[in-house]
Amino acid sequence: MALKIKDLRIYYQTLRGDVKAVDGISFQVKDGEIMGLAGESGCGKSTLSNALILLKPPMKYISGEVFLNDKKLPIDNYEAMRANRFRGVSIIPQYAMNALNPIRKLKQIISDLLEHHGESFVKMRDMIEERLKLVELDEKVLDLYPIELSGGMNQRMVMVISTLLNPSLLLADEITSALDVSSQKAVSKMIVEFRDRKIVRSVIFVTHDISILYQVADSIMIMYTGKQVERAPTETIVKNPLHPYTKLLISSLPEVGIKYSQAPLKGIPGRPPELLNPPEGCRFKDRCPVASEKCDEEPPLVEIEPGHQVACWKVGAIDD
Amino acid sequence: MIELKDITKVYSLGAFGKRKLTAVDNVSFSIGEGKIISLIGESGSGKTTIGKMMLKLIPITKGQILFQGKDLSLFKGEKLKEYYRYVQGVFQDPFSSFNPIFKADRIFELVKSEFFPELTGREWQIHVLDALESVGLNPKTVLNKFPHQLSGGQLQRMLIARALLLDTKFLVADEIISMLDASTRIDVLNILAELKKGGLSILFITHDLSLGYYISDESIILYRGSVMEAGKTEKVFSTPLHPYTRMLLDAVPRIDRKWTTFEIPERKAVGSDTIGMCKYYDRCPLATKECEAQGLIKVEEDHHVACWRWNDV
Repeated sequence: MALKIKDLRIYYQTLRGDVKAVDGISFQVKDGEIMGLAGESGCGKSTLSNALILLKPPMKYISGEVFLNDKKLPIDNYEAMRANRFRGVSIIPQYAMNALNPIRKLKQIISDLLEHHGESFVKMRDMIEERLKLVELDEKVLDLYPIELSGGMNQRMVMVISTLLNPSLLLADEITSALDVSSQKAVSKMIVEFRDRKIVRSVIFVTHDISILYQVADSIMIMYTGKQVERAPTETIVKNPLHPYTKLLISSLPEVGIKYSQAPLKGIPGRPPELLNPPEGCRFKDRCPVASEKCDEEPPLVEIEPGHQVACWKVGAIDD
Repeated sequence: MIELKDITKVYSLGAFGKRKLTAVDNVSFSIGEGKIISLIGESGSGKTTIGKMMLKLIPITKGQILFQGKDLSLFKGEKLKEYYRYVQGVFQDPFSSFNPIFKADRIFELVKSEFFPELTGREWQIHVLDALESVGLNPKTVLNKFPHQLSGGQLQRMLIARALLLDTKFLVADEIISMLDASTRIDVLNILAELKKGGLSILFITHDLSLGYYISDESIILYRGSVMEAGKTEKVFSTPLHPYTRMLLDAVPRIDRKWTTFEIPERKAVGSDTIGMCKYYDRCPLATKECEAQGLIKVEEDHHVACWRWNDV
């Protein structure tokens, strides 16, 4: 197992109390797997991925363990994590196009970063050029400043930099959200390529766009208000979802071929509850069309079939 | 109702405005009453520029926009204000459309003081409640709140409600869905479709083809400032004739079909050898030396394409 997480809890400290953004998450990512992580904004998906690389206040580690390649990842220890960042775990941030210092040459940015991790830019130059080719950038860009590149080129540059030291786990946080369709496809291609060429061992692809995940991910985990609601192979999540939330989420996706005048889609009524004092029991019960009294008790995450876990009382009940 | 005639917009860039960038190049189309037209294109295709010109937020370099038969460039002062009674815009980012230090419902007050100073507070309140209801918002949950207390979907719907407080006949909706969550974006789309039934015309600017297909009557595919294909939405999407439209449709991530390949034609900087050629020349897999710049060809009554080889590609 490339990544194994056990009962992870990450809260945000606020003056009014703890916001339970990630509340008891356990999952595993296999070697060579691209796992999609999807959910509405505020469901904790970015918190989860950020906690794996840079856990800093107001984020607070509460409990849980993270293992990367069977070694414990000290995510709660800021200093001890330093050795793991970039090499063990690396991230492509959400606004990658704005992540680089605009007035420093790209080769300076890269060599600073490599030196900090005990590597040398000169020795690695050949490899860097090879990677640039992979994302269709010319090696001449190394002598340019980030302001001289377009947003898309900067984003590709960040993708190269993030993966230079062949990290085991790559976190991709909403990297396709601000892009148009053809660039989305290009970025997805690169992520798959990184995995196929074994530049990275596994990927967590965070996004709210399930249709992108259907194209690139091997499995998808759906989060809702800090909890896992469903995890299954991509095909199963999209074609045969079991949790009511996943069902509503999938059925609200507009697609080429669906028109308002013929078949209007419906959104999910209501809003997610506050995570300062989340309700007892299933957190989706107030918006759920099939909720019952049983849902005042928290549903456990159960394995329906190998690789398919769901947290809903109704799912077990139908089988009975 | 609103008509664009050979609209061109040239931006001057660099020191002393020496570099010229043609953002919109000879675009013409018209929008009838109660119609939704989607303007679809990649970033940099000039779709937002067209929306801004229709809202008279930036000047037009060449061409004419006619609103109910009158030239938009002649609207100034009182007349322009009158124009904004009928034409309004809603933009991409609902969070930055609001001033965070004032309550969110201040946007309604501003409309009153600017356009309806003669109304009493109570009369105005009725108008506001009507508008909120038409966008499916519960006044209790959104009035008297600060922007940070509301969700993106709620804020975006408030902005639509604000636009409706006037006698709005035409709405420019510029990427209004892209910042919203999957669960609320469809609600906002449905509201637009409902408003259309009431006679509102909408220019729906988007890069997401599935959203454009979902609500629009007609679609315009834009590339580097030129119209590549235009026509009835069903026709453009089911029988795309331009190689660019096909590439876009293939690149749309769908949940009923996986991409067969990850390859897409790369975008390059415009080279001198492509001047006078079709704008899609350098990316088009089917391009030949004869692919010169091409105007729209009428294929059917409601389907136009800017590719001379539409017949055999």
